[in-house]
Amino acid sequence: MADQDRGVTPSVDMSLASTLESVDNAEELVLKAAQEAGVDEDELHRVGMAVREAMVNAVVHGNRYSANKIVRLTVSIEPDRMTVRITDQGEGFDPVEVPDPLAQENLLRQSGRGILLIRAFVDRFHVRRVEPSGTEVTLVKYLSRPS
Amino acid sequence: MSVKLTTRQVGDVTVIDAAGRITLGEGSSAFRDTIRDLIAKGDKKILLNLGEVSYIDSSGIGELVSAFTTVTNHGGVLKLLNLTKRVQDLLQITKLFTVFEVHEDEAAAVRSFA
Repeated sequence: MADQDRGVTPSVDMSLASTLESVDNAEELVLKAAQEAGVDEDELHRVGMAVREAMVNAVVHGNRYSANKIVRLTVSIEPDRMTVRITDQGEGFDPVEVPDPLAQENLLRQSGRGILLIRAFVDRFHVRRVEPSGTEVTLVKYLSRPS
Repeated sequence: MSVKLTTRQVGDVTVIDAAGRITLGEGSSAFRDTIRDLIAKGDKKILLNLGEVSYIDSSGIGELVSAFTTVTNHGGVLKLLNLTKRVQDLLQITKLFTVFEVHEDEAAAVRSFA
């Protein structure tokens, strides 16, 4: 089943303003949820960073700091995974169109590494357009719990 | 906390000791201002000590790259010192280990500018 259609009630479901303060708040909320779900310290850092990068994309590139647009953050915990969903109300983007930051000619570009880091730090990453306007990014971290 | 930057001189090398977070916003602009001021003073040999940097996001990485190109374009050299495991991981993931010269020992790093 697709991660966005699993029908799990989120433990966090918030609407956040399009500000850098919301980026910090979202990272903190997700870290708290991840810690409670048993994610270890190194992985916490990686999850937090992935959330931060996705939130920056939503606030800066999606909603462009608009006071009239919000970012929705949901966190769902299941026995085997944590799912974080971040949805903006911007014009949307296609991750395929982001220049490859690992290509030699792009190594010295100042920006464009956020999605690379998200992909590196979570187990699954989906992007989809939402109607009427916006982008929903889903991050999944699988949980390994002591048996 | 955002990043705290202090500069000191070791011979003709300017060492920037960074501590805290280099992230989008205040952290990255403070970093940019410091590099700009050093370039304006004519400093050409810059060693950036990241030993006390707890967190760098993609914007912070962009600032490191921007510092590198700014210093290089002004005829200078910027090297990195004391990377934490997390920052090392970031440079591996982003392939920037192929761009930056990285040192673990300050005295050796300073000598390498000679």
